[in-house]
Amino acid sequence: MKLELRGITKRFGALVANNNISLTVESGEIHALLGENGAGKSTLMNVLYGLYVAEEGEILLDDKVQKFAGPGDAMKAGIGMVHQHFMLVPVFTVAENVVLGHEQTTFGGRLDLSAARAKVREVSDRFGFDIDPDALIEDLPVGVQQRVEIIKALSQDAQVLVFDEPTAVLTPQETDELMIIMRQLAESGTSIVFITHKLREVRAVADRITVIRLGTVVGEASPTATNAELASLMVGRAVELTVHKNSPELRGTALSVQNLSVVDSRNQIVVNNVSFDVQAGEVLAIAGVQGNGQTELTEALLGLQHHVTGSIELDGKPLRGYSVRHILDSGVGFVPEDRTEDGLVADFSIAENLMLDRSSGAPFVKAGNLQLGFRAKFAAEKIAEFDIRSQGSEMEAGRLSGGNQQKVVLARELSRNLRLFVAAQPTRGLDVGSIEFVHTRIIETRDSGIPVIVVSTELDEVVALADRIAVMYRGEIVGIVPGNTPRATLGLMMAGEPAPAAEAAR
Amino acid sequence: MSTITQDSAPLPSSAPIVKLTAQVRSWKIPITFGAFAIASVLLFVGLGRGQRGELSTFRLSEARDFIQLPEVALPTFVTGVVVAIVLVLMAVASAWLVYRHRKIPIVLTIVFALLFLIGFLAWAASGSTIPVPGLLIGTVTLSAPLIFGALGGVLSERAGVVNVAIEAQLLAGAFSSAVVASATGNPYLGLLAAMVAGALVSMVLAAFALKYLVDQVIVGVVLNVLVIGLTSFLYSQVLAPSANLNSPDVFPRLNIPLLSEIPIIGPVLFRQTIIVYVMYVAVALVFFGLFRTKWGLRVRAVGEHPQAADTVGINVNRTRFIAVTLGGVVSGFGGAYFTLGAVGAFNKEMTNGMGFIALAAVIFGQWHPIKATLAALLFGFATNLQNVLGIIGSPVPSEFMLMLPYVVTIFAVAGFVGRSRAPAADGKPYIK
Repeated sequence: MKLELRGITKRFGALVANNNISLTVESGEIHALLGENGAGKSTLMNVLYGLYVAEEGEILLDDKVQKFAGPGDAMKAGIGMVHQHFMLVPVFTVAENVVLGHEQTTFGGRLDLSAARAKVREVSDRFGFDIDPDALIEDLPVGVQQRVEIIKALSQDAQVLVFDEPTAVLTPQETDELMIIMRQLAESGTSIVFITHKLREVRAVADRITVIRLGTVVGEASPTATNAELASLMVGRAVELTVHKNSPELRGTALSVQNLSVVDSRNQIVVNNVSFDVQAGEVLAIAGVQGNGQTELTEALLGLQHHVTGSIELDGKPLRGYSVRHILDSGVGFVPEDRTEDGLVADFSIAENLMLDRSSGAPFVKAGNLQLGFRAKFAAEKIAEFDIRSQGSEMEAGRLSGGNQQKVVLARELSRNLRLFVAAQPTRGLDVGSIEFVHTRIIETRDSGIPVIVVSTELDEVVALADRIAVMYRGEIVGIVPGNTPRATLGLMMAGEPAPAAEAAR
Repeated sequence: MSTITQDSAPLPSSAPIVKLTAQVRSWKIPITFGAFAIASVLLFVGLGRGQRGELSTFRLSEARDFIQLPEVALPTFVTGVVVAIVLVLMAVASAWLVYRHRKIPIVLTIVFALLFLIGFLAWAASGSTIPVPGLLIGTVTLSAPLIFGALGGVLSERAGVVNVAIEAQLLAGAFSSAVVASATGNPYLGLLAAMVAGALVSMVLAAFALKYLVDQVIVGVVLNVLVIGLTSFLYSQVLAPSANLNSPDVFPRLNIPLLSEIPIIGPVLFRQTIIVYVMYVAVALVFFGLFRTKWGLRVRAVGEHPQAADTVGINVNRTRFIAVTLGGVVSGFGGAYFTLGAVGAFNKEMTNGMGFIALAAVIFGQWHPIKATLAALLFGFATNLQNVLGIIGSPVPSEFMLMLPYVVTIFAVAGFVGRSRAPAADGKPYIK
C-alpha cells in the first residue's frame, strides 16, 4: 500500500511540532525517517496513527484521502504501529493483547480465546517467531515483547507498518534479526516507516531516507550516504562523531567492587556476584541491553538498593551498607538514568535543583536558613559554566529542554569534590549538541583524575568514552575488555557469549 | 540467609531477563501463627475461664429444620487447652517449614484459622450456647451490602477509577429505595430506584474524575459527605413529617424448597431475601463479565494500560464511564438492603461506614470479585459475631470485634496475605 503525507502541520500551543511535512512511502519500501530526539518524528507518526489530529495537511493511502478520528480508524485503513514504549498490557497474556480491541466472541459475549491463540500461532509461524500465546507479557524479555507488538499489528492485516525507534531496547543481534524481519515484511508488500536517530541502522536497511529537523523536512538521502553526511543533515552543521581523548593517565585503583549481589523486591537476583575495579583517571563503561542489572548495580553503588551483599570500597573505605547521605559525602557523584524522575524536581527552579543534595549544611544552609544570595550566585556561575540555556536561575527545571536538564544534573554533581563519578545513561534522549557537551565533560572529569563509571545501552557511546568496557548480561559481568574491542565482539558479549580469552583485560 | 535456585530454562526466546531467583525466607506466617498461638495460650489457658467444668454448647440446627442435628457440648477449659496446644504445635511446624525453605500449604493456614475460631468461640461461650446457624445466617445477611458495595468498587477500580464513594452509593440507594417503595407501594420499584440513585452518584464521580480530572479520592470523599448531608436533610425535612413516605414493605425471607433443608448450609444460604439471591447472581455475573467477556477484557485493559487500549481503538473514557456507572448500579442495589431487606425504614446515616468496609474488602480481595466477596463475608462474620457474643454475654468488648475488618485490611495491604496489587492505572486519569 502506498502512503502519502501532504503538508502535515501539527502545533502544540505556540510550538510547531510538525511544519508542512510531506512524505511518500511506496508499496514494499522501507522508508527511514531520520531525525534527532525532539525533531518531531513521533508526533508525525501519531498524526498518521490517528492519536493526534493535524491542523493542516492530509493523509493518503493508495491516493485516497483518509480521515482518522482515532487509532481505530487508522488500523481499519491498514496502518499498524510498533510503538517505542510497547502498547501491551503487562498482566495480560500474549493472546489477550493481540486481540484487544478486535475480540471475537462466542455465545453470550464470551471471549473466544482459542481463536486468539490460533491467530497468534498463525502469524508467528509465518515469521518463524516462537511465542507462547498464553505467556504473560510481563514475563517476556523486551525483544519478545516487541515481536508481540509486530504480531499485534500484523494480525490486523496492517499494510503500512510504522516502527518507532524499535532498536532502542534491543541487543545488536536482536537488532539484526529485526532488520531481517523488516526486509521480509517489505518483500511481502508491506510498506514500512522506520523512525530512528541511529545512522548505522538507517544505512543498513532503508530504501529511502527522509531527514527531519525541528519539525521540518530538511532533505532526502540515499542509503549510500556516509554517516557524516547524514549526521550533518540531521543536526544542521558538521558534527564530531568521535570524542577526542588521550590515553588515560592511570593513578591506581580507586573503586573496588567485590562479589556484589543485589536481590530486588521480587526476590530476583538482579546483580549476581559482580567484581570489578576502577582506577582513578579512567572511564569504565558498563555496556549491556537495558534491564540486565545495570540500573541496580549503579543504585547499589549509591546505597539505593536494600538487599546488597559483597563489598564496595572507595579509596580503601567501605561504602556498602551506609546511607546515601554518607556515600554522597564520601564523594560519589551520580547522574541517574531517568533525569526527570530521579535527577531533578521538575517544579523546582534551576537554583533549587542545583543545591538538592547539599541541603544539610554550609555553604547553602546556615543555622537552618537557606543562603539565598549564595545560592543565586552559585546558580549563575553554573549556568554560565555549563552553558545551561534558560531564562535565569529561577526558571523551573521542568520547562528546560532535555539537554539543558541534563546539564543541570551534571553541574550539580560535578561541582562537588568528587572521588567517584557514576553516570547512568548520561545522553539518553539528548540532541547531538548536548551529547557532545556531556561527553566532553565526562572525559574532562576523567582527566582530572576521578574514576568514572558510565552505564550505557548505546554501543556508540560506550565505544566513544570507554577505556575499559564491562559487559553485563542477566546480572553478571560477561567480561571486561579494552575500550577498542570490536563492536561485533561486544555485541556477542551483550547476548551472553563470554569474551574471547585474548581480549579479556582484567 | 538465602540460597539460589536456577529456574528450569524455558525456550530461549521467552526466558526472562533475570534467570536467578533468590529464595528469601518469609517469616510472616510463622510470626502471625506464633502471635495467635501465644494469644490462645494466654486467653484459653492463662485466664482459666471455665475451670469449674462449664460446657460450651454449639447448636447446629434451628427448631424448624427438617433434619435436626444434635447439639455439641464441649468442656470449655479442656477444649481451650487442647486448641492452644495444637495451635502452638502448628506455629512451630510452620516455622520449621520456613526454615527448611518449604512452602506452607494453604490448608495449614485455613485449619489454623478454623481451630483458633473454634477455640475462641468455646472460650467466649463458656456456660452458654452458640447458635451456629444463626451466626452464619446473620453473616450472609449482614455481608449483603458489603458484597454489593465491594462488587461496585471492583467494577470501578478495575476500569481505573478509585471508588471511595461506595458509602455514598449505598446511602443514596437506601434512601431512594425507601422513598420509592413507600410511595408506590412496590418494593421492586424501590430496588430500581436504588440502582438509579447509585448510578447517579457514580456518574458524578465519573464526570469529575474523567472529564475534569479532579483527584478521584477527593471527589469520592466529597461525594460521601454530600450524600450524607443531602439524605439527612431530606430525612428530617421530608421523611420525618410524613411517615407514609418512609414505610416500605420489607422483602420476606423466601425458603427455596429442598435446598433450604440441607443441614446448616440450607438455612444459611437458602432462607434469605430476594436481595441476597440477587447477590449470588451478581457475584457470578461480575466475575464472568470481567474475566470471560470482551467487555471485561477492555475494562481491565483501560484500568491497566489506558494508552495501549487507546491505540487499539478503545474509547478509554467511555469504557471507564460505563464501568463506573455500572459499579454504582450494583452498589446502589446493595443500599436497598438497609431499608427493604432489613430495617423497613430509612434512618440518618444508616449505612454507618459499611461503604468503607466494602472498600476494605475490595483491597483485601485484591480487586477480584470472588476474593472481595470472601473478604466481605469475613467482615460480615466479624460484625455478626460481635452481635451474637453481645447477646450471650461475651467477655470481649464489642468495640474490639468491630475493629477487626480494619485491622485485617491493614495487615492485608501491608502484604501479609499475598501481594495486593492494584490495577496499574487505578486512580490515574487518562490524558492523551
